[in-house]
Amino acid sequence: MAFVDGSTGEISLQATGAVARRQALSRASRYVLLAATLVGVGVLLYLGYETIDRGGSRLSIDFLTSYPSRFAERAGLRSSLIGWFWVLGLTVILAIPIAIGTAIWMEEFAPRNRVLTLVKLNLANLAGVPSIIYGILGLALFVRFMDLGPSILAGSLTLALMILPMTVIASQEAIRQVPPSIRHGALALGATRWQMVWNHVLPGAMPGIMTGMILAVSRAAGETAALIMIGAFTFIAYDNTRPTEDFTTVPVQIYNWTIRPQEAFRQNAAAAIIVLMVFVLTLNLIAAVIRERFRSE
Amino acid sequence: MRRPRLESSKPLMLALALVAMSFVAFAACGDDDDANGADNTPAAGEIDYGSLGGSLRVDGSSTVFPIAEAVAEEFSNESNVRVNVGFSGTGGGFERFCRGEIEVSDASRPIEQDEIDACADEGITDILEFQVAIDALTVVANSNNDFLECLTVQQLHDIFTGTASNWNDIDPAFPDDGIVRFFPGTDSGTFDYFVEAIIEGVDETAAHTGDGTASEDDNVLAQGVEGDDNGLGYFGFAYFQEAGQQLKAIAIDGGEGCVEPSLETALDGSYQPLSRPLFIYTRESFLRDRPEVLGFMKYFMDNTNTLSEEVGYVPLSDNLLAEQQTKIEPFLP
Repeated sequence: MAFVDGSTGEISLQATGAVARRQALSRASRYVLLAATLVGVGVLLYLGYETIDRGGSRLSIDFLTSYPSRFAERAGLRSSLIGWFWVLGLTVILAIPIAIGTAIWMEEFAPRNRVLTLVKLNLANLAGVPSIIYGILGLALFVRFMDLGPSILAGSLTLALMILPMTVIASQEAIRQVPPSIRHGALALGATRWQMVWNHVLPGAMPGIMTGMILAVSRAAGETAALIMIGAFTFIAYDNTRPTEDFTTVPVQIYNWTIRPQEAFRQNAAAAIIVLMVFVLTLNLIAAVIRERFRSE
Repeated sequence: MRRPRLESSKPLMLALALVAMSFVAFAACGDDDDANGADNTPAAGEIDYGSLGGSLRVDGSSTVFPIAEAVAEEFSNESNVRVNVGFSGTGGGFERFCRGEIEVSDASRPIEQDEIDACADEGITDILEFQVAIDALTVVANSNNDFLECLTVQQLHDIFTGTASNWNDIDPAFPDDGIVRFFPGTDSGTFDYFVEAIIEGVDETAAHTGDGTASEDDNVLAQGVEGDDNGLGYFGFAYFQEAGQQLKAIAIDGGEGCVEPSLETALDGSYQPLSRPLFIYTRESFLRDRPEVLGFMKYFMDNTNTLSEEVGYVPLSDNLLAEQQTKIEPFLP
């Protein structure tokens, strides 16, 4: 569109008045929004840089394979890494069937009535409960009432409960993405409801469910408060071999090193944070790869 | 939308199961390292640590944690006992101890009557107390503070009850600036100890002010005082020795003149009322029936002075140490 400049009679493509103001605002908004985005990225990069700068020099095979120690330069992550993998592995095994089962029931089987509304409301609320509350619940229910002690199993049950709302909601979303035509087709050909779910809906929803799971596990990986609450230890000088043993995890070890007065221990904490970040990033990467693979097919 | 088929997702489910399994498998592939206990025949009153096995749990004060960790670490090298150490706070430690969940409880203050009652309710009446080291609290000010050298207990009391809010409230010669307070959180034994010695020690009915910055993390307190010319805070002496050197330690007048906090003054008892004993607790029945607990306690008392000093606390005098060690003797073979 062309504008005619009243004083010179020339034709220019430059907007004037209110239009120009609107266009300038539009141009500026782009940079304001970009700046907003960069705040988060900048903080993350700065934190990452600080951590690597402080702890990078401490990272070594020895650091990963030695037990905790009162000498910061000898202390390592061995028992906490092993305890961590135990707890997370069991958490996944415990949470998956319950989460998928719940989601299938809610999406495919549940009568659309007050019970379902109640369950949905419950889930939405549970998703917002702070982790320390799950810790208190775990202490009362698993550690004391069920008499599991502050064991790997008690820790996994607590974390499984904690990530349940997230995983159920993610699984529901994934199941909802499967088009209704597939369900109708299956039912029209005489499949039972269960056959339809098992053979058609679930396979289609699987990538989404897995992505949600992996993201939930990366949240559980960083959990400290709930585990300290159920009585996870800090100094453990052996390798866990059974789910009934006492344990410690990487985040608990980081917390312990952070509150020690010696600078060397805080370098250890930074090094352990790098290990934790690499682990969580790897998990998120796996989730992204799964998503992409199935989107492209 | 691609038509989903079971075939395409089978590998996925399999992969998922594999990932979970491999977590556990990786975790399980660790094998036990055998401690190589020296094989020497014990004399009377001695214990052959190498023959000990089993496991025990230690929990409680985060102030005592570094000592307990050091002892557990050394003891693991001498014996096959698994010693797990946590730090859920002095109160938390006693709670678990009275529920029978742990064998040894660390404490940065003596056990209180209501804790003894809670233990008795569970049928635990044979509690034994051992002092393992001395901790001193240090009162610190900003290094730019050029007027404050020494505080009386009464002045400290006035500052931390909130009665005095400006420096000139405690001494007319001091400037008319607000005091910026930093103190540990209410969960810490350090806070409890300060309240007992300074706040309630002067006036039974007084309470610690909440006006200031409270943190369980000594680093936060130290940085707070460093960052404010009018800052005043307190924390453990070990922390001051390690990380508080850019702060100014304030001498304390407990009625006998001003005494600087130091290893010497804490040990000879002249730094009062801010040096305190640190304790561990266990039960007589454990010492009688559980060789691994007896071994651990014996090892603890034999090495506490060396290890406490290593992690920044004040070791016990010879007399006091001997007094603690005699508590174990009746149970030795």
